[in-house]
Amino acid sequence: MQGKMERTTGEKMVLNFGPQHPATHGTLRIVLELDGESILKATPHAGYLHTGFEKLGEHLDYNQYIVVTDRMNYLSPLSNNFGYVLAVEQLLGIEVPKRCQYIRILMAELSRLADHLLWLGTAALDLGAFSVFLYSFREREKLYSIFEKTTGARLTTSYTRVGGVFRDLYDGFETDARDFITNFPKALKETHTLLTRNRIWMDRTKGVGAISPEDAINYGLTGPCLRATGVAHDIRKAEPYSSYDEMKFDVPVGTNGDAYDRYLVRMEEMIQSCGIVGQALDNLPDGPFSVEDNKIMMPDKSDAYGHIEGLIHHFKIVMDGHGVQPPTGDHYCATESPNGELGFYIVSDGSGTAYRIRIRPPSFFHFQALPHMLEGGMVSDTVAVLGSLNVIAGELDR
Amino acid sequence: MSEEKEVTEETQPIVLEKLREKFADALLADAETSNGVAVVVNKDNSYALLEYLKTELAYAFLVDVTAVDNSNLESELMQYDYARFMVVYHLYTFEGETPRIRVKVPVHEKDLKVTSVTTLWKGANWLERETHDMFGIDFEGHPDLRRILMPDDFEGHPLRKDYPLRGRGERERFNFEKQNV
Repeated sequence: MQGKMERTTGEKMVLNFGPQHPATHGTLRIVLELDGESILKATPHAGYLHTGFEKLGEHLDYNQYIVVTDRMNYLSPLSNNFGYVLAVEQLLGIEVPKRCQYIRILMAELSRLADHLLWLGTAALDLGAFSVFLYSFREREKLYSIFEKTTGARLTTSYTRVGGVFRDLYDGFETDARDFITNFPKALKETHTLLTRNRIWMDRTKGVGAISPEDAINYGLTGPCLRATGVAHDIRKAEPYSSYDEMKFDVPVGTNGDAYDRYLVRMEEMIQSCGIVGQALDNLPDGPFSVEDNKIMMPDKSDAYGHIEGLIHHFKIVMDGHGVQPPTGDHYCATESPNGELGFYIVSDGSGTAYRIRIRPPSFFHFQALPHMLEGGMVSDTVAVLGSLNVIAGELDR
Repeated sequence: MSEEKEVTEETQPIVLEKLREKFADALLADAETSNGVAVVVNKDNSYALLEYLKTELAYAFLVDVTAVDNSNLESELMQYDYARFMVVYHLYTFEGETPRIRVKVPVHEKDLKVTSVTTLWKGANWLERETHDMFGIDFEGHPDLRRILMPDDFEGHPLRKDYPLRGRGERERFNFEKQNV
């Protein structure tokens, strides 16, 4: 920022940032109008990864659509699975058993950790801190092996079902998760020593891409980006869903709303998530891991093979027009995904397929606010700001 | 919790009362939802109602703007004078007992125009562009109403119900050289 006034040349240059650029993490494009090294105007372009997820929702049944939600925010698919089925369940008017709610919280918080870790690694890598990338990916790998053991997949998890999850936690889950949350804060401290008081990191991120709380609300920012401005808003606290009201955790906030504060907020959120995982493990209730209504949830395989009732239910669930059919109406359900408010607005016409599914992705709003944070800054800040926002092209373009 | 519920059943949420008072003629329907209220307002008063919600009732946060093509939803069509589209706004407030409000505006196909709310919320800019892109609804007063997700020279509006899932052959006809501008 310092050299801003001296470096004007009076000539305007247009620079295309992306769609293919190592720092865009997906396919985004920003057209920068530069005067020397300062940014006069930034125009973000979205749509390069548009896949028609909303249209697809009108042609798949409620359970089939879960696989599509994996692909929205591909850094934390479990959070997306969770948010989507919660919306359908609220539309159906059912509540899942306590154990299922806790399992979902566990997976959502672990995926928040995985998402923030990937963000941390790549955001630091974009600014040249290569070792942080290695540290955070080492930790993330542990989480991914937990996901793999639980869901059978690393990325395309599709763990939840309308009315529950498709299988219980595996036997060694508690040990693995406890191992992780006891060792993780120490590992995070290593990153703190590498970055938090690092002169270069501070120079590159402090005061860069700042936004005021009023503007942040006006632009629709949510999640860590909103909290970095000082607004202590977290949907897990404001409108507790699942069993979040039973969890004790703090909502970290920043003061300046700049890239550095977004970094600090995410770092503290990871510690808070560890705390939630610990509490959920302590109080993990026994009992069924999904609703026992076989008109919503597919019966156990042994039941389908051994009993005529089970077999009937098994087929009814997967047959068009006989499975999950919410009553006519519409519903909006928001959850706190790692990036912010992830909302699903579902309109049902009473059939087995949604009439309309609208996804409210947090990244869409963050990317829209980018010019506000960039204009007047230096061209080198683009990478720092874009990195701090964690724009995921998959959910941006859907 | 259940006792509280019984009390509120008699007394409507205060937001709903205020809206009924101020927009008596403009409101076409209203209802309570599980996490707030939902109102349907006619097109001419949509901007005034949203402005009132933002400035007077502290619904400072615009969560979402989208639309629904009601072509195949007979019940909705009957209820709102065969208006094909329903533009849907979701608002949120950080204070108050009804955190979420959903404002729906029926739009007829022969007059696809709604007043833009970009002057109230900067975040509405892209949301309205997306709704324009996907449904072909024009937002009057929008500073930059271009397509956002689809290419600029795309024809048609993909989220309309008469648009086929697999497209109209755009993939086969896609001209790479024309794109290199």
